Amino acid sequence: MFLLSEGGASIPVVDPLGADGVFSLLWLVIALPLAGATILLLGGRRTDAWGHWLGTLTAVGSFVLSLVLFVSMLGREEGQRQVVQHLYDWIRVGDLTVSIDLLLDPLSVLFLLLITGVGSLIHVYSIGYMEHDPRRRRFFAYLNLFVAAMLMLVLSENYLGLFLGWEGVGLASYLLIGFWQHKPSAAAAAKKAFVVNRVGDIGLSLGIALFFVTFGSTSFTVISANASGASDGVLTALGLLLLLAACGKSAQVPLQSWLLDAMEGPTPVSALIHAATMVTAGVYLVVRSNFVFELAPHAQTAVVVVATVTLLWGAVIGCAKDDIKKALAGSTMSQIGYMMLAAGLGVYGYAFAIFHLITHGFFKANMFLGAGSVMHGMNDDVDMRRYGALRKAMPVTFLTFAMGYLAIIGFPGFSGFWSKDKIIETALIESPVAGIGALIGAGVTGFYMTRLMLMTFFGEKRWKDDVHPHESPSVMTGPLVVLAALSVLGGLLYLGHWIVDWLSPVVGTAPKHEPPVPAIVITLLVLAVVAAGVATAWLLVGKRPVPVTAPQDVSFATRAARADLYGDTINETLVINPGRHATAGLTRGDRSLVDGLFTGSAGVTAALGAQLRKVQNGFVRSYALSVVGGVVLVLAALLVVNL
Amino acid sequence: MGEFTQPLMEYGSIWPLFVVFGVACLGVLAEAFLPRGRRHVVQLVLAVAGLLAALVGTVLVGMDLEVTEGGAARGLFGAAGAVAVDGPTVFLWGMLLVFALTGVALFAERRLESGVSAFAGQAAALPGTEAERRTQALDHTEVYPLLMFAVTGMMLFPAAADLLTLFVALEVLSLPLYLLAGLARRRRLLSQEAALKYFLLGAFSSGFFLYGVALVYGFAGSMSFAAIDEAVRNDTENRGLLLVGIGMLMVGLLFKVGAVPFQAWTPDVYQGAPTAVTAFMAAGTKIAAFGAILRLLYVAFGAERWSWQPMLWVVAILTMLVGAVLAIVQTDVKRMLAYSAIAHTGFLLTGVLGVQGASALAEGQVTSLQSVLFYLLTYSFATVGAFAVVTLVRDSSGEASAMERWAGLGARSPLVAGAFAFFLLSMAGIPLTAGFTGKWAVFTVALAAGAWPVVLVAIAASVVSVFFYIRLIRVMYFAVPEGEVASVTTPSPLTTAVIVVGVVGTLALGVVPGPVLDLAADAGQFIR
Repeated sequence: MFLLSEGGASIPVVDPLGADGVFSLLWLVIALPLAGATILLLGGRRTDAWGHWLGTLTAVGSFVLSLVLFVSMLGREEGQRQVVQHLYDWIRVGDLTVSIDLLLDPLSVLFLLLITGVGSLIHVYSIGYMEHDPRRRRFFAYLNLFVAAMLMLVLSENYLGLFLGWEGVGLASYLLIGFWQHKPSAAAAAKKAFVVNRVGDIGLSLGIALFFVTFGSTSFTVISANASGASDGVLTALGLLLLLAACGKSAQVPLQSWLLDAMEGPTPVSALIHAATMVTAGVYLVVRSNFVFELAPHAQTAVVVVATVTLLWGAVIGCAKDDIKKALAGSTMSQIGYMMLAAGLGVYGYAFAIFHLITHGFFKANMFLGAGSVMHGMNDDVDMRRYGALRKAMPVTFLTFAMGYLAIIGFPGFSGFWSKDKIIETALIESPVAGIGALIGAGVTGFYMTRLMLMTFFGEKRWKDDVHPHESPSVMTGPLVVLAALSVLGGLLYLGHWIVDWLSPVVGTAPKHEPPVPAIVITLLVLAVVAAGVATAWLLVGKRPVPVTAPQDVSFATRAARADLYGDTINETLVINPGRHATAGLTRGDRSLVDGLFTGSAGVTAALGAQLRKVQNGFVRSYALSVVGGVVLVLAALLVVNL
Repeated sequence: MGEFTQPLMEYGSIWPLFVVFGVACLGVLAEAFLPRGRRHVVQLVLAVAGLLAALVGTVLVGMDLEVTEGGAARGLFGAAGAVAVDGPTVFLWGMLLVFALTGVALFAERRLESGVSAFAGQAAALPGTEAERRTQALDHTEVYPLLMFAVTGMMLFPAAADLLTLFVALEVLSLPLYLLAGLARRRRLLSQEAALKYFLLGAFSSGFFLYGVALVYGFAGSMSFAAIDEAVRNDTENRGLLLVGIGMLMVGLLFKVGAVPFQAWTPDVYQGAPTAVTAFMAAGTKIAAFGAILRLLYVAFGAERWSWQPMLWVVAILTMLVGAVLAIVQTDVKRMLAYSAIAHTGFLLTGVLGVQGASALAEGQVTSLQSVLFYLLTYSFATVGAFAVVTLVRDSSGEASAMERWAGLGARSPLVAGAFAFFLLSMAGIPLTAGFTGKWAVFTVALAAGAWPVVLVAIAASVVSVFFYIRLIRVMYFAVPEGEVASVTTPSPLTTAVIVVGVVGTLALGVVPGPVLDLAADAGQFIR
C-alpha cells in the first residue's frame, strides 16, 4: 500500500508482519541495557568493582543481537522487512488500545546498529576515560539507561512509546550533562538542557494529542494508512508540532542554545549523546513521520528554513570557539542542520538524511573521543589556544582525528564526502536557496575544522611546562581506531545506491529529477568551495602564530560568533526576563495576599503570637473576600453565556 | 394528614455506610468508658475492623448491583430515595475505604514521636502553658472516631441523591476534619490557626451552598436530583433562579476541592494540620467531593451542561495555572504539595467538563466519569504516599518540611528519597507512572468534548509543574546540604506499609492500568 504525495512520490504505508524466529528476540535489545542500568543503580556500591564491565557487556550484547537481526533482515525479501513485536497492552478500554509494540524495519535496524555499535565503543572508551572517577559505576548505569531509552525511541511502533524513549533520553542526557554536579556550570548546563528540551516536548505532547484526536490512535500503522484522509490544516499543524519537538531535541534554531552548554558533561557523553545519537532523534522523528510531512508541504518548507538557518548558525559559531568541545558542538549543530535539510526535502532527501546521520555518527563520535583523548593528555584543558603541535605527542589520536577531519570537510573518498555531497546536490535541485546555503555551509565547515586541526595538532607548542601531553591508553585509542576506519569507509553504504534502495520500503522512492547541470559539476563546485574554506583557514591560522589568550580587539562578527550569535541574549530578553517578572509579580501577590506572615509563624513566641493573631483576623477576612470574588466570578461565568 | 409510610431503607445495599457510622459511635462510647491506657488499642482495632468490614461489604454490594429499568446503569436508591448506590458510588466507596485505612495506619504511627502519636495531648491546653507541658505524654485517641465520622460523611457525599442529604453529608465530613486539622502535637499555633481558618471559611462557603439549595428548590420544587433533572428539561421559566442556584452550589463544592478562587485555605491547612490528617483529607475529601460534583452536575444538571461547562472551563484554567505557578515559589514541602493538589484539582475539573451526551460517545471510549474516577485513584496513591514520606523526614524540631532541609536526602536515605521521587514523578505525569495514565485519560476526554483550550492550558500547566517536582528531586539528590539537615526516622511497619501501598499502586496503575480502567468502565453510569 502506498500514499501519494502532491509531487507524485509514493510513500509506503507502515504495514508490518508479526515477529517470528530470531525477530522474537527483539525485546532483548532494549532489555539488556535496561537490566544493566537497573542492576547498577539498585546494586549500589556492591557493584562498584565490576559495574563498568557489566555496563559494557550489556551494550555489546545488544550490538551483537542487532547485528544478528540485521543479517536476518538482509536475508528476507524486501516486502517482508517490516516486523512488529507486540509486548503487551499498556492501556486498553473498549475499542481503544495503546500497546507497547516494537517495530523493526530497514530504518530502525540502521539506528539499532548505530546506537549499539557506537554505544559499545564509547562504553569501552569510558572504561579508560572515567577510570579515576569515584562514581564510574553510576556513570555506566546512566549510559546504559540512555542506550535503553534511545533504543525504545527508535523501536517503538507508536508515538506514545516513542515519547517514552524521548523522555528517557532527555532524563539520561540531563543526568549525564550534570554528572560532575559539583561544578555549578555543569549543574546549570544540565538544567538549561532540561528546560529547553521541555519546550520541544510541548510540541511532541500536543502532536500526540492531535494524532489521537484525528486518527484515534498513535500507531504508525494506523496513522500512515489514514493520513491522506486528514485535512490539510491538521496535517500542517501536526508537521509543525513535530518540527518543534525535533528542534528541541536536535538543537535546531530557535531551541539551539542548550547544546553548547551541554559540553559540560564528560566527553564520552558528548560523543554518544550530543553528537552521534540523541541529538539526531529529531531527524529520526521527521523521517519516521514521512507520512505526515509528505502531505504537509508547508511544514516541509518550515523544516527546510529551520535547517538552513541552523546549518549556517552552527557553522559560524564553530569558527570562533576556542574551546575544542564547543567548536565541535557548533559543528554538530551545523551537521544536524544538513540532515534536517535533507529530511525537509521530503522523499528526495530522507535516505540521504539517514546516510549523513550515520556517517556523522561515525566521524563526529570519532572526533569527540579524539578531543577527549587530547584533554586526557592535557590535564583536562579544553582551550585550543593552549594546545599546538600535539601530533607528535599523540600520534594515534592525531591520525584518527585526521580521518574524522577529512570525512567532515568532505574530502573525496571519505564518508562525509558522499553523504554531504548528495545532500547539497539534492538541495540545489529541489530548493536552490537552501542549496546555496548548504554550499556556503560546506565552505565554512572547511574553515572551522581546518582551524581546529591547525590549532590543536600543528604550529608551535603553546602548552605550559608542567603539562606533559601523552598518548592515551589502548582501551581509549582502540575505539578511536575503529571509528576512524568507519569514518573513512562509511561511504561504502552508498555503494550501488545501497542505502537508498534499502530504505525505500520505509521512506519511499522519489521520481527522478535531472539536475540542471551534471552532478559532477556540482561535486566539483562543492570541492572548490571547501578548498577555499580550508585555504582561508591556512592563511589566517596556519601561517600566523596563535596568541595564547584570545585577542579582544576583533570584528563584530567574531564577537557575535563567540557569543553564540547572541542566542542566550535573545532567549533572555524574549523569554526569561518577562517570565521572571511575571513570576516575581505573582510571588509578591502570593506573599502579601496569601502567605503573609503565616509561613513565619512557626515557633513564634506568645508575644509575637498576639500580634500575629490580630493580623490573622485580617487574613481570614481577605480569604473570605476572595471567596466572595469567586462567587461573583462563577455567577458571572454562568450568566454571561446564558443570558 | 397523610398516612405515615415507612421509608424503604434498602439496608442490604447501604449497610457499609452504617458499619462505618456505627463504629464511629462505638468509638465515642469507648472513649467515655474505657481507661485511658487501653483506649488506643481498642480504638485502633475498632477502626480497622470497621473499615475492613465496610470494604468487604462494598465489594459484596458492588457485585450484587442489578441493572435498573433503563438499562444504562446498575444500582438502586436507598433510604427513601436519598441515597443512590450504583457503580460509581461503589467505586468511590472502595477508594475512600482504602485510603481511610491508610489514614488510620498513619494516625496510629507512634514510633516517630518516641512513643506518642502525632496528635496533641490535650487540644484545649493553651500552647506554651503549664497545662500543655503536663499533657505532653497523653494521646488524643478521639481522633479515630473523628476519622470514622469523617469517612461516614465522605461516603454519604457522593452517594447523596437529594440536595439536603448532600448538605448533611458535606457537614458530616467537614466538621471532624476542622477538629482534626487543629490537633497537631508540634507547632500548636500553626495548627490551631489552620483549623480555625478552615472552619470559618468552610462555614462561609456552606452558607453559599445552602443558599444554592434554596434557589434550586425554588426553581424545581423538589430536592431530589431526579426531580430537578425533570424540571431542568421541561421548565423554561425562572432560569435565573436555576443558574444562580447552580453557581452557589458549585461554590460550596469547589471550595471543598480547593479550586481557584476558593483555594486560599488549602496551603495553610495542608501545612498546619498534622501530616497524617493532611494525607487523609487530601485524598478523602477530594474523592468524596469530586464524586458529589460529578453526580450533582451529571444527574441533576446534566441537561443544562451547556450552561455550566463554560464556567468550569474558567475555573479549571485558573486552578491549573495558579496551582502550578505558585507551587514554583514554595520553599516548604507541605505547602508545595498543597499547591500541587490545587493544580491537580484543575486537572480533575478538566476531566469533569469533558462530559458528552451518550450518543456522542464512540463504543468503548473512555467517559469523563471513568477518567475522573481513575485520576482520583492515581492522585490519591501518590498523595498519600508523599505525605507519608513527609512524616518521616525529621529534624530536632519534628517534621522538617522546609525544602532546604531535604538537601542530600537521596544520599542519606536512598529508599525513602527514591519513593518520594517516584511519587513526585507520578504527580508530574511522567510515563510509566500512574499520573501519566491519569492525565492522559482526562486530557483525551476533554479534547474529545472539544475543550481544547483547556487541554492546551493543562499541558502547559503540566510542563510547568514538572519544574517544581524535579526541583525537589534535584534538591534531594544533587544539592549540597548546608546547615542542619533532616534525616529519615525509622517508622513502625504501619507507615512503611502505607508508603509501599502508594509505590505499588502508582507503579501498577502506570504500567498495567488496564484492569483498573476496566473496573472504572464497569462502574458504568450514575443511576437517575
